[in-house]
Amino acid sequence: MVETKQPAPTTDGTSTNRSEANWAKPVDRLSAAGVAGAKDDAVTGKRVSGPLQGFGQLWQKTFSVRLDGVDTSPEAVIATWKAHFPEFWPKGQRFYAPLSGIKPGEVALLEIQPVPGAPVKLSTGVLVLYADDESFTFMTPEGHTLSAWITFSARSDDGVVVAQAQALERPSDPFDELAYKLGGNRQNNKFWEATLRNLAIMVGVPVPVVDVQVACIDSNRQWRQWRNVRNSATLRSARRTVTSPIRWITRRG
Amino acid sequence: MTATVIELDQEGPASILRIAGDITSASEGDLGAAYGLAVANGASAVILDFSKLEYMNSGGIGLLVTLLVRAQRAGGRLVATGLSDHYRQIFELTRLDEAIQIVDDEDAAVLAATA
Repeated sequence: MVETKQPAPTTDGTSTNRSEANWAKPVDRLSAAGVAGAKDDAVTGKRVSGPLQGFGQLWQKTFSVRLDGVDTSPEAVIATWKAHFPEFWPKGQRFYAPLSGIKPGEVALLEIQPVPGAPVKLSTGVLVLYADDESFTFMTPEGHTLSAWITFSARSDDGVVVAQAQALERPSDPFDELAYKLGGNRQNNKFWEATLRNLAIMVGVPVPVVDVQVACIDSNRQWRQWRNVRNSATLRSARRTVTSPIRWITRRG
Repeated sequence: MTATVIELDQEGPASILRIAGDITSASEGDLGAAYGLAVANGASAVILDFSKLEYMNSGGIGLLVTLLVRAQRAGGRLVATGLSDHYRQIFELTRLDEAIQIVDDEDAAVLAATA
């Protein structure tokens, strides 16, 4: 049994941390209509795809950083994280936030270089599944290399605020699982370590140290999900890269 | 937040975890321990009774995924009952309903669990 204090209610009498409005509304197919700036929308028309719908082994990864010496609160850290989310991503990776911000039900688009410097960029996105004052959670769409949820949160630990990103993820299809085993997993870890470090630096930690905990929750592969490959953003992006010169010539002609 | 309180009941061959209060990532120890007891009692299917659930955030949903994996590894399964309309929608949105059977009441849950 866990006893914690009740959060303060909002002016309408409903606690901001206990409202149904913290969750996205049910949706059959995603729409990225509220996103500007991305060159490619590989999300509109797709369903969400979480850890139960992926193909590969299931991993839980927790990245955390203590904000030692910073006078702040979990709510302030999450507000900063939401407001500046794209700025914390490593160079070369793009997050196109919804125009209305990181709120439940909104969709963001992503451009990711799975291998830094490589010509292939993956176009995909995320749904904001949940958001309150102390955390927010993204869920991936069909086609993303990972079928995942990732929760960004902040809490107080002995007077120090700790910022955390925790993912429950499965590579989406057999190709993604292979890429994960061949280095994609390590790249993914470096990505989130860098993101947490950048967040900590912005709030005032000069030399942040990111703690990483990784656990394989399910070592079985879900072979019945092999057909996820038909939505693969990896294959789609590779096809687009290869045919790019042909499309350029066709446009000019 | 409200404390998580989990009671373990037995209804014939089915074990029922009656969940009251909040389910968040902080509930991991309590939920895992209760499930472990149910399995130790011989249950291959465990019913999750959410009728007294007050609030669940995304951390709580994540716990259900790890519980589900644990059940599947042991050859068992989970059945959910007592979900409000809101949380039924959350199960549908997160596609948790594709892996955890949702039924309307406890009698249906016992039937489903013992089928």
